[in-house]
This record gives sequence, structure tokens and C-alpha cells, in this order.
Amino acid sequence: MFDTLILILDSTVRLATPLLLAALAGLYSERSGVFDIGLEGKMLGAAFAAGAAAAVTGSAWAGLAAGILVAIALALVHGFACITHRGNQIVSGVAINFLAIGLTALLGQDWFRQGGRTPPLSGDGRFTNIQLPFAEALRDVPVIGGLYSELLSGHNLLVYVAFLAVPVTWWVLFRTRFGLRLRAVGENPAAVDTAGISVTWLRYRAVICTGILCGVAGTYLSVAQSAGFIKDMTAGKGFIALAALIFAKWKPVPVMFACLLFGFLDAAAIRLQGQEIPGIGEVPVQAIQALPYILTVVLLAGFIGRAVPPKAGGVAYVKERT
Amino acid sequence: MTAPLAIELVGIDKRFGSVRANKDIDLKVAKGSIHGIVGENGAGKSTLMSILYGFYHADAGEIRVDGRPVTIADSQAAIALGIGMVHQHFMLVENFTVLENVILGAEGGPLLAGGVARARATLKRLAEDYDLKVDPDAVIEDLPVGLQQRVEILKALFRGADILILDEPTGVLTPAEADHLFRILKVLRDEGKTVLLITHKLREIMAITDEVSVMRRGEMVATRQTAKTSMGELAELMVGRRVLLEVEKQPASPGRPVLQVENLTARDGRGVDVVRDVSFEVRAGEIVGIAGVSGNGQSELLEAIAGIRPVRSGAVTIDGTRLDLARNPVDAAAMRRHGLAHVPEDRHRMGLVTSFSEYENAILGYHRDPAYGRGPMLDIGAIREAARAEIEKYDIRPPDCLLRTAGFSGGNQQKIVLAREIERDPVILLVGQPTRGVDIGAIEFIHKRLVALRDAGKGVLLVSVELDEIRALADRVLVMFDGRVVGERAPETDESELGLLMAGAAQEAAE
Repeated sequence: MFDTLILILDSTVRLATPLLLAALAGLYSERSGVFDIGLEGKMLGAAFAAGAAAAVTGSAWAGLAAGILVAIALALVHGFACITHRGNQIVSGVAINFLAIGLTALLGQDWFRQGGRTPPLSGDGRFTNIQLPFAEALRDVPVIGGLYSELLSGHNLLVYVAFLAVPVTWWVLFRTRFGLRLRAVGENPAAVDTAGISVTWLRYRAVICTGILCGVAGTYLSVAQSAGFIKDMTAGKGFIALAALIFAKWKPVPVMFACLLFGFLDAAAIRLQGQEIPGIGEVPVQAIQALPYILTVVLLAGFIGRAVPPKAGGVAYVKERT
Repeated sequence: MTAPLAIELVGIDKRFGSVRANKDIDLKVAKGSIHGIVGENGAGKSTLMSILYGFYHADAGEIRVDGRPVTIADSQAAIALGIGMVHQHFMLVENFTVLENVILGAEGGPLLAGGVARARATLKRLAEDYDLKVDPDAVIEDLPVGLQQRVEILKALFRGADILILDEPTGVLTPAEADHLFRILKVLRDEGKTVLLITHKLREIMAITDEVSVMRRGEMVATRQTAKTSMGELAELMVGRRVLLEVEKQPASPGRPVLQVENLTARDGRGVDVVRDVSFEVRAGEIVGIAGVSGNGQSELLEAIAGIRPVRSGAVTIDGTRLDLARNPVDAAAMRRHGLAHVPEDRHRMGLVTSFSEYENAILGYHRDPAYGRGPMLDIGAIREAARAEIEKYDIRPPDCLLRTAGFSGGNQQKIVLAREIERDPVILLVGQPTRGVDIGAIEFIHKRLVALRDAGKGVLLVSVELDEIRALADRVLVMFDGRVVGERAPETDESELGLLMAGAAQEAAE
């Protein structure tokens, strides 16, 4: 029983990682007042770029670099549309999602001719699992051993990056000048403008942060969790991340717990497939798979109290004519 | 002029599209003085100050600060020149603390820790020097507006401002808060700071400024020493002709009650009771004014009576028809059928659809009237004709019923709403802030209309935060504080007594 739990938690961590990266990515953008429903598209674009680059060069690091670059490029497109040209943020986000779905499939087929996949990765082409020191030695110690060697140890680098990004984001947001301005510009850009700070440049920096983290998230999918890019491999994770972000009221630490919760549901769903649940019997796979989505709807429908978004979110900044 | 100049503007010109907001403006402001700038809304005061603060760029002209010609490219440059601005709508981040707001843009390094400690010390010193006490760790949205304004002043001083521009600073303050602000400004002046005060309230100009400049339709028409001018002269300069600050009216002859409010209690959006057990009546042929500092339940009271806000308990009787609003909620349309008309406080949010044409706005809420159409179809011709008649009668300018209402000035927008409501011949008219953001000429017109309505034997319930307006128009004054009616006075009552009531002094004394 304990071992089963450890296994579920272990896979929770793996499944929560891309959500966490994407949700933190969204946090930067949305806290600055730029809504971003294009997390999904940026992740997908990054996953493809990372998979392709890693396959061609044989280096996971090259994959990571490519993933981040592509995600930043897409983030800048969003920024150009919404910040510079004051376009509608939702429309731009949707456009980026479509663009990513179409381009990754098209380029994937054109370049690799494997039905939209990138060639399978192996060896240095992937981020492999890292064994923390003494993980093997402690394996047989009761409780702690299991927790340490199974749960904490044995993940790939990007998992640790994701969880490290939580305190880093908190620190950036609440302990640095950039963070103060970022939070301010999402609430009242006019206050930032009158303080003599460029709203535009500040928001661009925020979406670049979003791009970087989305890049890591996408890379995780194709180069760490799987061994190559598969068509549409994000499968709505960008939207779940967005839900987690709202659920967590745009705060870094709660974002982590929200992502872990969604990850846990996912892990439990996988674990429960084909199993008899006492009193209910075998639950159809589809019902279990739908569970995270149902929970999202239920949670967002009011279980968490009102999630108040950054006040200036979704609105392009225009100097008021007096 | 002998005193050195803090600011000198020469030939400032600014266009917005086809509108010339500032025409060849010259202005000299002496160092260490309080200089007032008055003018009607849209006279170009705020534009001029925004140019000085680097928010806009002048098309032509020169700015000199301390005698040196400067270019002010952005707010950062203005701040560097020692110019600070307190905006009419506070530029504060509401969910930040006072300290965070003060250091925003002047953090003193990429990490916050050091700057915060320094800012804390500076704030303490400023608070003592200028009598500007605010808790640095309080969150802005929890502070009353008077304190929020203090934070704005602190922000400017923290950045080393020597020249402080205040844009309509007293609009949101109680008389007592305004007095406190004036004391602060005088201390600032005595410490050698230069203060530019933009306002349309002449009383403030007379009370506090050393010199005053008057703007009219984008032009600087005069500069006077305050001691050598009068409110009458300034008012005349502002509008270009003599205006009546008093409203001429005969004594009221109230008839039967047309609106009776019994024990009305209503909540705001947060679920807090903001109207508490309010009872009063309005008779035919009288104007009842509700005075109070904004946010003491007057807005919600109006909305509750108008059928827009749910009522927790209490009843309203309109012209003899008693409506138990708590048990049987009645919507705004039904209220109108009972003979109630409503000019809402916020014409942009509730009074008009600004992207609609004038004629469409002229029938909002009355679009089901058989005069304007048959079944689901609107009779556009009849609507436009009625709209044109109202434009004529209310002198709405420009006289174009096809123009989008966003294109009208504040005063003309208000006239559109007023015409719509009054022309439906209501028994009782609710009117909130009828002259907010409205220029003097239109104020006069609107006031006359309201008095005419009263004289035609209708009841008027007037809510306004402008005490002068209440005193000029109302036949009886009710004062609201903290959701309750705390007193009824005659309009001739001493202003300071009303001020005390508005500040809740009566209640505190009773407790």
C-alpha cells in the first residue's frame, strides 16, 4: 500500500512538472497584465523544436536551447500583437495555439517524414534521471528511504528546475525591483507610467520570462519525459496549467500545489485504469481520464472563492486623454 | 516680477486631432508660492499640466524650470527636474502597501530590501516635517481617500519634488480632509516648495493660493494676485460672462408625498449593509438633497430606490403605490412605469451607452414606448424626431442626433440623460451627481431645469457630493453618514455644521 502510494506520488511529480512550468510561465505574463491562453501553443512549439534539435544534434541541451528560443519567439509574437499593437489578448493567444498545432505537424512531417513525430531520442539526446547521493544506500531504510530514493531522487534535471522555479519566482516577484514593477503594471499600468517606467518594455520582459519557462515546459515533454516529439503531445496541458494558475490566484506557491493536485489526479487516473473500485466496480477509462477536467470545472466554478485576476489583465495600456 | 520663477511656460501649444487643447499658453509660477489654475472642464488645465509632467509633448513652445530651458521627454525626466504630480485619479496600486507604492519607480537598486529600509526612514522624516502621517504598511485599498492622497504627495516628495502639481485634489475629500490638505500645502510652501493647484472650485483658490491663472477653452486668459481678485471676477473670466453662482428660485410649495422611503436597508457588492434603515419622504414640488461624503451609502440608496439594487428590507411608496421591495423586488422598468425617473450618478457606466448614437441613447429604457415602434420594430424616424426636439429644448451641442454620445462633452452628455428622464414626465426624479464633470454653463442650465421640474409640481431627490450644489438647489437637506440619515437641515444651514454632520461628528457625539 505504502509502495503504491509512493509510486503514485512519484508519477504525480513527473506529471505535475510540465504543468508547473507552464503555469509559472503564465504567472509572469498575467501578473504583468497580459493574459496568455497561448501557453499551450508555446509549449507545443517548444516541444517540437526541442525534439527536432535534440534529434539532429544528439544533445538534450541543444534541444533545450531550441525549445526556449522558439517559445520566446512565439511569446514575442503575442507581445507584439498585444502590447505594441494593443490587439486582443485572447485572439492572439488562440492564434498562437493554432499556429503551433499546424506548424509543428507540417514541419515535422516535412523534415522527418515520420507522421509528425521527431526521430526517437536516446543517450545524450535526452535529459536522463539523476540519482541523488546515497539514494541507493538509503533505499532499504523504512519510510524515509522510500521517500528519498523514489520520490525525491531519480528525476531528470528539468523536474528539479521546475520545482526550484517556484521559490525563485516568489523571490523575483516579491523581493526584487522587477517583481514589484511587474505586479504594479498588472494592477495599474498608469501608476507605473507616471512613475516614469516604460509599461511596454516591462510587459515585454514579462512575456519573455513566459517564453523561457514555456520553452522549458515543452522541452520537458519531448526530451525528458518522452523520447521525442509526438504530434499534439501537449494535449491540453497548457490549458490545465492556466486553470491551475487561476485556481492558485496567480500566486507562485499555491500554483505549485494546484499543479501537484492536477498531477496527482492524472497519476491516479492512470493507476485506476482497469482496476475494480470497491462498491462501484470497474470505472470506464474515459471517466477517469475526464476526472482532472471535471475537477477543474468544479473548482473554477466557485469552490475556491473568487479568483480576482490582476486588475489591468487583458487590457492594453493606452495613455488616457484628459 | 521679482521673485525667481520655478516654472515658466512660453507659447505652449498642443493639439489632439482637430482639437487644440492648449493655445499659445504663457505661464509664470514664482518659487515658493501656491499658484492656482482655474478653468472649466475641458479648458485645457489638465493637458497643460500633463505636458509639464512629461505625459504629453507640446507641439510648440518652451518650458523653463528654475530659469533653464528644458525638454521633458517623459515622467522620469519631470521627476528628475524635481516636478511631482498628484493626479486627479490616484496613480496608486490598490493592493500594494503604502511603502510599495512610494518606492515604485524609485526602488534604489534591483533588490528591494535596501530601498525599503531607506524609504521607511525617509517616510518617517517626511511625515514629521510636513505633518503627513500614514502607516507605511497599510494597504492602499483599506485607506480612506484622504490618506490615499497623502500617499500620492509622499510619493512626489520621496522623489525629491520641489514643484508639486495637484490636479483637482479636493474632489473626493470631506471639507475637513480638504482643510487638512490645505494646511499641508501651506507647510510645503513655507518649506520652499512650489505648489500648482488645478481646480474648478473658486472657493479653494481664494482660500489658499497666492496667485491664480485662469484658462478658458485652451487659452490662458488672465493671471491675478489672489488678494486682488474676487470669486465673481474669476468666475466671469472662466466662462467669459457673468454667471450666477446662486440658483434663483421661489420658496417651495410642497404638496402630497410622491416618494416615501421606509426603513430601507441594502447591501453593496461585498455583502455589507451600506444603506441602513433609511426613511424619508419627498413631496411634490420640492427638491430634497442628500449630502454626504461619497461612499456613505448615497449611491446605493439611489440604486435601491431606482430598482437596480436588491433591497434587504424596507418599502418604497411612489405616488401612493406602496412597493415592498424586499419581498417583491421590482425592476427598473417597473419603477419607471410607476412614475419614477432616474439620472444615474455615473452617466458613462449606467446612463449612456457611449458607443451608441445620441438618438439611441435618448430612448434607452423607454424603447418599449409605443411612440417609438411597433412590436419588435423600432420607428427610427419617430425616435430621431423626438431626439431632435430634445436637442433643441436642452440646447445639446453639437445638435446632431446621429453622433455617438462619446463625442459629446460631459455637460452635453448629462443633458442627454436629463432630457431623456425629464421629458418622460415623471412624478419623482432621482438624480445623482447631476453636474459631475460638467462645465459651468451646463451646470447653470441643469440647475434651472431641476428647479423648473420642481416648480411644475414634481418631486426631486438629489444626491450630490458637492455641498454647494445641495445648498443651492435643495429645499431640505438630509445628511448621510455610514449608511444612515444622520440629520435633516435647512439648506441655509452653516456649511461647517453640515460638514460636521457629513463627517459623522453627530454620531460620535451621541455615542
